[in-house]
Amino acid sequence: MVAEALFFSAVLFTIGVVGVLTRRNAIIIFMCVELMLNAVNLSLVALSKLHGVTGQVFVIFVMTVAAAEAAVGLAIIISIFRHHESIDLKNINLLKG
Amino acid sequence: MEYGLLYQVIFYLFGLIAVASAVAFVTRKSPVAAALWLVNTMFCLAALYIMMNAQFVGAIQVLVYAGAIMVVFLFVVMLLNLGHPARVSDIKGLAVRLVAGLAGLALLAELFVIGRQKLPALLPELPPGSNVITPIAVPLFREYLLAFEITSVLLLAAIIGAVVLAKRKG
Repeated sequence: MVAEALFFSAVLFTIGVVGVLTRRNAIIIFMCVELMLNAVNLSLVALSKLHGVTGQVFVIFVMTVAAAEAAVGLAIIISIFRHHESIDLKNINLLKG
Repeated sequence: MEYGLLYQVIFYLFGLIAVASAVAFVTRKSPVAAALWLVNTMFCLAALYIMMNAQFVGAIQVLVYAGAIMVVFLFVVMLLNLGHPARVSDIKGLAVRLVAGLAGLALLAELFVIGRQKLPALLPELPPGSNVITPIAVPLFREYLLAFEITSVLLLAAIIGAVVLAKRKG
């Protein structure tokens, strides 16, 4: 059961990485990051079956940080939208040489 | 402890639904549809947590992730009026997709090689009917009390930061 959960976790993490690499919509990229956090949480819960309940405590911390990150990140996306009228990453290229 | 066939079938079913929803999430053009598929993935993950005897984490997953965080995402999608997919899809061209697919395959292979080592034995289960929150609460409020308190400061900073960043000027 732990091995299967780790398998699903690896697949979900990979889907999140491919999503970040292939999309240009900032909000969808942000949701892909959330998917990666969820995949890591799944493997932490699975490994807590082997190494004790500390993994579940860590999952709670990860969720708190994810909530804080979502709030601040979405506020940043809103203020980017006010400047550029777009959240497409091809229009946000100030750092491009 | 051995698990029955039904348990394993349901476990695989939820895992496969989670992976399929994640694939649907990455391939949808409309942000609202993508967000709803992601909610489905998170519900399936909550089911997996509960099946792995992490009931508290499963409940928090539904409340915080599927409930709160995804609602914030949907609010922002509607606030910015992005509900309808753009005429030009935001998915990058074929070359980038190919490179991303290869990078994904490489990452997946790497994760499988790491995960192939032999796992240690399962810890003994809690006796049925015992309290499931106490084993999490005791380390959270004893060993990790400092981290817990710092987390509350982090949340306060995030609230203030979100309000300041999203506030309309003038």
